[in-house]
Amino acid sequence: MEINVNESTRRITAESGLSWPAGLSRDRLLEAYRTMCLSRALDVRIWTLNRQGKAAIAASAQGHEAAQVATVMATDPTRDRYLIYYRQLTAMLALGTTPTEMLMQFLARDGEMLSAARQFPLHGSHPRVDLFSFSNVVGTQLPQSVGVALADKMKGRDAVTISFFGDGAASQGDCHEAMNFAGIHNVPVVFLCENNRYAISVPLSQQMPVESIASRASAYGIPGVEVDGTDIVASYEAIKEAVDRARSGDGASLVELRVERLLPHTTDDDHTRYRSAEDIEKMLELDPLPITEAMLRRHGILDDATDAEFKEAARRAVDDATDAAEAMPFPPVQDMYRGVLESDSGVKSNG
Amino acid sequence: MAEMTLIEAVRETLREEMRRDSDIFMMGEDIGPRGGVFLASEGFVEEFGEDRIINTPLAESSIIGIALGAAVNGMRPVAEIQFADFVWPAINQLVGEAARVRYGTDGGKTAPMTVRIPYGGGVRGGLYHSQSVEVIFAHTPGLQVVAPATPYDARGLLRSAIRSNDPTVFLEHKKTYRLVRGDAPDEEYTEPIGKADVKRAGTDVSIITYGLMLHHSLQAAESVAQSDGIETEIVDLRTLRPLDAETILESVSRTGRAMIVQEDTGAVSVSSEVSAIIAQDGFFDLDAPVMRVTPPEIPPMPFSPLQEAEFVPSPERIADAIRRLAEV
Repeated sequence: MEINVNESTRRITAESGLSWPAGLSRDRLLEAYRTMCLSRALDVRIWTLNRQGKAAIAASAQGHEAAQVATVMATDPTRDRYLIYYRQLTAMLALGTTPTEMLMQFLARDGEMLSAARQFPLHGSHPRVDLFSFSNVVGTQLPQSVGVALADKMKGRDAVTISFFGDGAASQGDCHEAMNFAGIHNVPVVFLCENNRYAISVPLSQQMPVESIASRASAYGIPGVEVDGTDIVASYEAIKEAVDRARSGDGASLVELRVERLLPHTTDDDHTRYRSAEDIEKMLELDPLPITEAMLRRHGILDDATDAEFKEAARRAVDDATDAAEAMPFPPVQDMYRGVLESDSGVKSNG
Repeated sequence: MAEMTLIEAVRETLREEMRRDSDIFMMGEDIGPRGGVFLASEGFVEEFGEDRIINTPLAESSIIGIALGAAVNGMRPVAEIQFADFVWPAINQLVGEAARVRYGTDGGKTAPMTVRIPYGGGVRGGLYHSQSVEVIFAHTPGLQVVAPATPYDARGLLRSAIRSNDPTVFLEHKKTYRLVRGDAPDEEYTEPIGKADVKRAGTDVSIITYGLMLHHSLQAAESVAQSDGIETEIVDLRTLRPLDAETILESVSRTGRAMIVQEDTGAVSVSSEVSAIIAQDGFFDLDAPVMRVTPPEIPPMPFSPLQEAEFVPSPERIADAIRRLAEV
């Protein structure tokens, strides 16, 4: 097993790349950037809705956008499966969910389709995309994703499972158990770590004694690769390799995308309590939006007019989605009783 | 109709279900060539192969977590936790995750999985091979909890558990595995989850119980019938979630005296809930206070033989309790 490092995966970077990795094109990159713009506008709006007292809680994807659009580009949403956690707003949009659907979760509106507004945003399942996330207990999705992939392997179905997790989840026993089993049984799963260096406030140095989560892959007999997650092309290339490997029957991989968490852990957090001013300043230089924008401009893919059009379209879409979601009622109280078990005709209220 | 032990009933039912439905597979520790530590899957890997009989690493959380993922993705896994005492590392995946899949997705995803758990003591198992773990599951909305005590019920309820579209904890009392023999039909019958069963009819006292304590209670009932002419009705709960309140209350209305016998310690347990059901909805049928026969409040259960025997409610202790309750 080889452990790749940044240099090898970045051999085709924005700087060198007139030849894009297979499967990437100027149109796809432009579309990815459009999704990033939409995600950012929506993310900013969600934070505002929280400060207005309308959205109870939010975990931002800001800083993770390039990594997430790269992941979706490297997979096939018509057949692949996605186990997300709580920071995959950009991935959700790239997978084809709409801003209104997303805002209905944050505003807990009636008809919210992931969990009927029973769960925190980004938890539940979706009727159009094969994605789910059950829990706020970090890392539980890792063994579950292995089970999802195992079922596909048993049935001979052509599907790859993407198992999103963060650096915090990497410390859970479930992470070890999942990767160990996946290594033994060659299941078609890609463990996709968005490493933003903080588990809420705990820095990487207090989470693990090594620099790289990907370096653990050798312990499970699977390839591990560490990539700059602000570099959309390098990220795509590394993830695509892992997805292709899983699809061809060669089993699991671990891809670690190094990103920055541009906002506090959630709307309830204040990262100035534990991040230095220098750290925050440095972090802002690694915002994937301007990085991607500059790369696309350098290659003549993006011009002023298109960039302005994307940002204006994102603003309008988010405004419209906000109006639509806010106009909807909360779910009625009686809906909370249904669907605990298949056999339930509805749980009776107490008293 | 064939006579078989409880472990044979479990094994034959698993084998028949595996043959019937290729979506069913098993995972657990030592279930491969070893056949499981209790031989529940003896000969299975030879018949069904390593893909459907997965010998797992010693890692309970992922046994349940992986089974859950496979269940959500169209399979019908049967996971085995080797001893109930080892289920605690998997509690999060079972209570925290599997139980909430249907509700947390508003039915978008479901988890048709069975978790078989050998539990209970009286087998010189000490503190870590004797535990009764049912209360944590019986407390959890979204789970079904089944605890059969006879080969007939084990066959009918295991079929129902495997075919159910919700996660089901299937508790098998270790001491009943080879101790309890009984008739069980060869045909493909099911017993409904959520229905108790009156295992002995009586007019004087109702015992509500499950698991190994069913058999201790049956012995005690025969004993007091002969010695004192007291006729005890015995309700075998069989399912601990959802509890069959109707059958419990019907029995209590006939006898006017209720006793709950369990091997688990009493505080905040199945016996607490059954007592509350009777107090809420059967109070005016009672001629005497509800009585509970449970072990002492010490961690179950000592390894040394005299202390272990003292811990588990014995037929003699239950018989004494029946006499006292009948006199009130």
